[in-house]
Amino acid sequence: MGSLKIENIRKSFGQVDVLKGIDLEVRDGEFVIFVGPSGCGKSTLLRVIAGLEDATSGEILIDGKKVNNTPPAKRGIAMVFQTYALYPHLSVRDNMGLGLKQAGKPAEEIKERTRIASAMLSLDDYLERRPAELSGGQRQRVAIGRAIVREPQLFLFDEPLSNLDAALRVNTRLEIARLHRQLKATMIYVTHDQVEAMTLADKIVVMNKGRIEQVGSPMELYNSPQTLFVAGFIGSPQMNLVEGAKLGDPAAKTVGIRPEHIQVSNTSGTWKGSVIHVEHLGADTIIYLQTDFGPLTVRLFGEHQYEVDQVLYATPDAGRTYRFDDKDQIIKA
Amino acid sequence: MAKARTSPLRSGFVHVALIIYTLIALFPVFLIIINSFKDRASIFRNPLGLPNASSFSLVGYNSVLTQGDFTLYFQNSLIVTSVSIFFVLLFGAMAAFALSEYRFRGNSLMGLYLALGIMIPIRLGTVAILQGMVATGLVNTLTALILVYTAQGLPLAVFILTEFMRTVSDDLKNAGRIDGLTEYSIFFRLVLPLVKPAMATVAVFTMIPIWNDLWFPLILAPSDATKTVTLGSQVFIGQFVTNWNAVLAALTLAILPVLVLYFLFSRQLIRGITSGAVK
Ligand SMILES: Nc1ncnc2c1ncn2[C@@H]1O[C@H](COP(=O)(O)OP(=O)(O)OP(=O)(O)O)[C@@H](O)[C@H]1O
Ligand SMILES: [Mg+2]
Repeated sequence: MGSLKIENIRKSFGQVDVLKGIDLEVRDGEFVIFVGPSGCGKSTLLRVIAGLEDATSGEILIDGKKVNNTPPAKRGIAMVFQTYALYPHLSVRDNMGLGLKQAGKPAEEIKERTRIASAMLSLDDYLERRPAELSGGQRQRVAIGRAIVREPQLFLFDEPLSNLDAALRVNTRLEIARLHRQLKATMIYVTHDQVEAMTLADKIVVMNKGRIEQVGSPMELYNSPQTLFVAGFIGSPQMNLVEGAKLGDPAAKTVGIRPEHIQVSNTSGTWKGSVIHVEHLGADTIIYLQTDFGPLTVRLFGEHQYEVDQVLYATPDAGRTYRFDDKDQIIKA
Repeated sequence: MAKARTSPLRSGFVHVALIIYTLIALFPVFLIIINSFKDRASIFRNPLGLPNASSFSLVGYNSVLTQGDFTLYFQNSLIVTSVSIFFVLLFGAMAAFALSEYRFRGNSLMGLYLALGIMIPIRLGTVAILQGMVATGLVNTLTALILVYTAQGLPLAVFILTEFMRTVSDDLKNAGRIDGLTEYSIFFRLVLPLVKPAMATVAVFTMIPIWNDLWFPLILAPSDATKTVTLGSQVFIGQFVTNWNAVLAALTLAILPVLVLYFLFSRQLIRGITSGAVK
């Protein structure tokens, strides 16, 4: 119903190549999240899928049909924008109904679908209001409602939560997860936020500089990153990345150890370091160490007391270090 | 907010300055209006005096309304001005939308070309325009004036509206595209309502030079049937004798429609001028 296939998509703006050959397959009903640093082309890829931007070359198939020349409204998609993009002069009801009206659906059906969507998102009390009379969270719900009434095969979200405050972000995130279960539609979602990516996704697509670095489930990306970039990008605090030579491992250009995969001791261990700074987060304690080979971040669970300048010994968990070659690809153990 | 930062003293000074400026700007208008209600002798004897029982006279209005066909002149002016404004806004906004929304080869060159007219006065082309109008048989028609004024107003309109349209959110237009709006509906239903203040600004800046213009009516449409108010008033200004009563009365009447149009646009206009400064 809502599968998506992208074959060798390229997109250039003049001289600038923004997408450099993207291949991706999304199965029906999957929740796929695009992550990557700012400017890596996530929004551009989403706009190409939506048909708001023409690809320079390559093919897009939605539900098995090539849609390169299909206008956005006929692709069976709906899109939710970071800036909400509600029509300022229309009421909430008309904002949600406009797409159906344009498609020539009968008034009864529009009313019914709007009713269902507004009930799903608890927007019943606001149907007659203008967007200017709503809070940010309500506006974003209206934008999601506008997507739902179209009953699309494919939902596209471009950083839908980044303008919301932290509490509202969590709520709306849960709401989106619930909608995904309820509607069983395919969703593609762009975000900067790792927590959003890890919690919502069936599949994460990590992008960098217009290319896909790795595709996989959240745990695959966490446990077996294929490239240095993915290793550094997924996980917070960031993985410790140390030159192999400095650790006596000249076969690897870089060695990576996640902060949570290091144990510390006051008396003995593999590496000796002194404490630079300690962050107490309640559930976690983050320790920044200075060692012979550079800074090292350690994440301990629970509360721990350490003093600045205290000498500690750190030991990596066995089998939990990652080694990368000089092309930044993982060296299989 | 700027309000919180200004002291009463400062805003007092600002207001005094603005009031003085307003008085200076309105004084000639005031003079025209009071003198239009006086008889000829009193205009010269006491130009600054208000009309009183002995000096009050409607002779100016009388001659305006009886000599020449001023109702027709008014009608001509109104038709020419409003139709020109309509076309300037319509074509200006459409060109601005294309320039701000679509990427195409030569986009910025085209924008520059369209804005060039701001710096080059259209009157330089008067001879060629007249020849063209003669060749197409448009001399002494209102169409001739409308065409010229539309051309005259477009550069500024395109320039101002392009800048404003760039500020309309891309996401909003894209949302419209996904909802199946055509490019025309996106333009008319989403973008135009959002740039209304800018349109009002353009309308006012376009309207005043057209309404006051003497040059093109005199050259392109001087016949009695196509005279505009400004041209019509000239009959009272003779080489040797000027009928001041009539001139002043005609000018007073000519101010009225401009005022009406201005009030129609003014609320939007103020928003248009300040919208850059105040978020
Ligand atoms: N219309 C355009 N013309 C020229 N360059 C563009 C255009 N749109 C995007 N780009 C460029 O394409 C690159 C990718 O942009 P894109 O918006 O896809 O990034 P992104 O991954 O969504 O970033 P962010 O996370 O900041 O939203 C950027 O370098 C941007 O400058
Ligand atoms: Mg983006």
